[in-house]
Amino acid sequence: MKPFDYHRPETLQAALELLTDPGATAYGGGTNLLDMMKCGAALPGTLVDVTALPGLQGVSRAADGRLRLGAALRNSDLARDPLILAEAPLLSEAVLSGASGQIRNMATTAGNLLQAPRCPHYALPESPCARRDDRTGCAARDHAGRDHAVLGWDDSCRAVHPSDLCVGLAALGATVEIATLAGRSEQPLAALHPLPSAGRALEPGALITAVLIPAASLGLRARYVKVRERTSFAFALVSAAAGLEIADGRITRAGLALGGVAATPWRRAEAEAALIGAAPGPETFARAAALLLQGASPSGENGFKIALAERVAIRALSEAVTPRAGQAAWPGSVFDAPKEDTPDVA
Amino acid sequence: MSHDSYPMRVMDAAEHGLTLPAAPLRYGSGGKVPARRDGLAKVTGAALYAADRQAEALLHAAFATAPVARGRVVALDTQAALAHPGVVQVYTPANRPPLAQHPDEKRHPFNFRHEALQDDTIRYAGQPIAMVLAETPEAAAEGARLLAPEIAAEPPRVDHDAGTPWQPEMVGFFAPAQAEVGDVARGLAEAEQVVEVEIETPDQFHNAMEPHAILARWEGPEKLLLDTPNQGPVMIAGLVAGYLGLPEGAVEIRTPFIGGGFGSKLMIYGAMILTALAARDLGRPVKTVLSRAQMYGPVGHRAGTRQRLRLGIGSGGRLTALDHEVTALASSFEDFVEPSGHASQHLYAVPNLAMRHSARRVDRGTPVAMRAPGEASGSAALEVAMDVAAEAAGLDPLAFRLSNYAETDPATGRPFSSKALRECYAAGAEAFGWAGRPAARMGRDAEGRLIGWGMGTSQYMCTMYRGEARVKVHADGTASAAIAGVDMGQGAWTILAQCAAEGLSMDPERLRLTSGSSVLPDGAVAGGSGHTATAGMAASEAGRNAVEQLISLATADPASPLFGAGNSGVVARDGRLSRADDPSRGESYSEVLARAGLAEVEGQGVGERVQAHREGYAMFSHGAVFAEVAIDPELAQMRVTRMVGAFACGRILNPRMVQSQLEGGLIWGLSFALHEEAQYDPATGRILNADLAGYHVPAHADIPQLTTLTVAEEDPYVNALGVKGVGEVGITGSAGAIANAIRHATGFTPTRFPIRIEDVLAHL
Repeated sequence: MKPFDYHRPETLQAALELLTDPGATAYGGGTNLLDMMKCGAALPGTLVDVTALPGLQGVSRAADGRLRLGAALRNSDLARDPLILAEAPLLSEAVLSGASGQIRNMATTAGNLLQAPRCPHYALPESPCARRDDRTGCAARDHAGRDHAVLGWDDSCRAVHPSDLCVGLAALGATVEIATLAGRSEQPLAALHPLPSAGRALEPGALITAVLIPAASLGLRARYVKVRERTSFAFALVSAAAGLEIADGRITRAGLALGGVAATPWRRAEAEAALIGAAPGPETFARAAALLLQGASPSGENGFKIALAERVAIRALSEAVTPRAGQAAWPGSVFDAPKEDTPDVA
Repeated sequence: MSHDSYPMRVMDAAEHGLTLPAAPLRYGSGGKVPARRDGLAKVTGAALYAADRQAEALLHAAFATAPVARGRVVALDTQAALAHPGVVQVYTPANRPPLAQHPDEKRHPFNFRHEALQDDTIRYAGQPIAMVLAETPEAAAEGARLLAPEIAAEPPRVDHDAGTPWQPEMVGFFAPAQAEVGDVARGLAEAEQVVEVEIETPDQFHNAMEPHAILARWEGPEKLLLDTPNQGPVMIAGLVAGYLGLPEGAVEIRTPFIGGGFGSKLMIYGAMILTALAARDLGRPVKTVLSRAQMYGPVGHRAGTRQRLRLGIGSGGRLTALDHEVTALASSFEDFVEPSGHASQHLYAVPNLAMRHSARRVDRGTPVAMRAPGEASGSAALEVAMDVAAEAAGLDPLAFRLSNYAETDPATGRPFSSKALRECYAAGAEAFGWAGRPAARMGRDAEGRLIGWGMGTSQYMCTMYRGEARVKVHADGTASAAIAGVDMGQGAWTILAQCAAEGLSMDPERLRLTSGSSVLPDGAVAGGSGHTATAGMAASEAGRNAVEQLISLATADPASPLFGAGNSGVVARDGRLSRADDPSRGESYSEVLARAGLAEVEGQGVGERVQAHREGYAMFSHGAVFAEVAIDPELAQMRVTRMVGAFACGRILNPRMVQSQLEGGLIWGLSFALHEEAQYDPATGRILNADLAGYHVPAHADIPQLTTLTVAEEDPYVNALGVKGVGEVGITGSAGAIANAIRHATGFTPTRFPIRIEDVLAHL
């Protein structure tokens, strides 16, 4: 591993000053960054540990009523926070469906947002990768597989964003608070995860300080569904987060996002608009899911993910309205807890 | 043995082998089943694995590896590496100290050809191309990165289609590539129906929890101590000596604890030789710990296969012919071929039976044995074909297998030394509830999920080698045994002590076992599920031999109550000898030794199979595995919800260890069916998922309710202990059972392993 300096500043000002060094990187739990450093995909000269900074911990309620998730909040603390469980349990479900218990004990909110693109070539420094460095090219261009994107990709990158949490945050319309030496600003979550065509996200020297969830959250009637072969410690082949507000038999607000299909948690205003004013039900959900997938195309041997993603979106919407018994036992899982006895077969 | 006296210390460098007393804790079923001797040391961290060991003035090694699968190393920036603080030396083919044996010279079947920096050729991605020695592991790793190799790459042969066809004469370890009994063409022609199944299996990697690690230290010009996990310490110590130009016995391998081997720790590999070489050259101990990624290539894998099975079905659902065609991937420089076809040659009664192996040479690391080599992949394909045939014959899968039950080995015509497979079918079916299985698609459960039930037959050969052991009875009434046993988690520490104690007719709690070093009597390799049979029998025979000496002493001593009884007139029981005709007349072992003025007697024992039995009988462990799957009807996500395996493995020495082995086998079968697959980059031949996040094995949440049963089976021919192997049989049958359950749920016949969501999605 390339030698590096390590700092654990105790003021935001000190952290931001350290981050003006172009070789400096913010460091939360290290669960992704250290892997990238070990394989040589990331070679920072300085790590700025943000876990001692004031105001980056915990879940709190902002003055305007929104939920504020600290950037250095551990995933495991997020997942069992009383405010989250009461007002946005979707986020708990998404977090608990990801990684492993040990990783969640270390990983932070902001670190989750800024995970490396999910493509094997990103972590192989010998492979050309336009997302990793300035060399042109993409080793996955001719050989994309089941883990690559079907939406929003282009020839510069076919990688997907790996996060579960971000899919839930996207569905809830979260925004991100960012600090620089010039001051604080707020951006939509999507700004952090631009499509390959849109260039880089965080400007140099910027630090995420919090994630904000709108008040009157959609998180109550919400569901995260994650499809993957392995029940734990596996990225989503495809996932979906859905949140609905229903009044008088009509959907009044809606959030819908997909994971595992694009470089960003995938939302489309048209899909959400199609839900609003409609009665919740299979036809409504199918129409929204079809709009969400509009324009999808295989980037390799992954065309099946398009139809699968539609079904996953429909499932998430359906279970947001009608929770399945036992679904909390395996967060995000298509399955509930295993039975001890033989099921009755119809 | 009290808890306090249990050894919690670490081994020191002078110790040849580790000595463990019986485990102090007896938990579970009535205290009759010995608990793991190594258990407390492992859970408390006192058990040192090779990478845990330290030495004075230790240097750390790291490898730079090839980023492409074929080509040449043109340049390495050794100056940059040497300039990095802490880096002491960089070895490349240009300056690597000489070896007495070329790494590509094969003097012994287990002398796998490997890369020890002999030249600049790249034969697979991940191949070691330079070695960096440094004061810290971090400095060594950074030195390796700074070498930034310049490569002249050539297009790699990465898969079956690009591979160079090659016709091997032998597959696996000395097994024939082709065989035919009867006339398969005629058998197929005469069949009422012929079914054909084609299935592809991927490259799989052993992924033992413990990485390969070597700590080499020279204790003299002709004395090398290697701490390294190894499944064949005596054999491999001899092979290592050959590369280093050392006399026999100059190398000691210490391997008291192995964190999983599965075949990948039964081979010579470059890092082992180079670590010893570097330690000699630099005059300091050297430690190498392979990274997880570096275990994908240089230390073997299970080769991918394409298999085609044709089954002819005659009247009454009887097989008329079975043809098993296998194309396996092989490396460009070694000759190991996955012997998948053997899985179908001894299992079902079929008069016309053939297997045919061919290979494709590709630019990948060399495959080797991986848990149930051949049988695992061959059984997975065979059992799917059997279910397709059962359906064609209009029979329940179990009924179809029973109607083709082999009373004698179909390949050789020999009788089985024992075969309680019928009892396995019955016990497994009963425990699973198989009788309630609908013949057509299974249907849905209360939550609307598709349910399927499938089964498969398990079979694995009863391997035996030649092993030796030494057992002593001491004047204080205790005993000790010494053997180069191999405990890779399967329980050798416990079982070998049990066997020695059984031979001694003593309580295992009174016996100390010294094991885990190549300087001890050769317990032979731990592979092919033959270690307990071989080393256990040797330990038992050594104990018996010691008792015979005690009996000779007693019966010849006029002062003994046994005087004149003759050896056959004396019975040994619980540390005592007594007259067969009058059990009240006897004395303890220590009394015999005390009167003889001896501190101890030493017994020698050999474990090996009786030649006439080997030639006269077919010897196999058997079993029947039943699996249930639940499948989401829209999303195609699958989960195995129940597995039952019933096994006939001869005498069960320790139910606790056996259950663990059999459950591990079922889990491996599940892993084979649904998870494991190495993914190669078609452009470079690199493995793209060379880590435990990308290469999936099941998580706890994937493991369903497992039930393993053993049925009684007495075998007077397999070996003196009557034991058969349990380590690998559980993998066979289980992958096929899961595939068949998916088929029962969906009607889809799998064409590849692992079975993927997209495969099933297209058939919902």
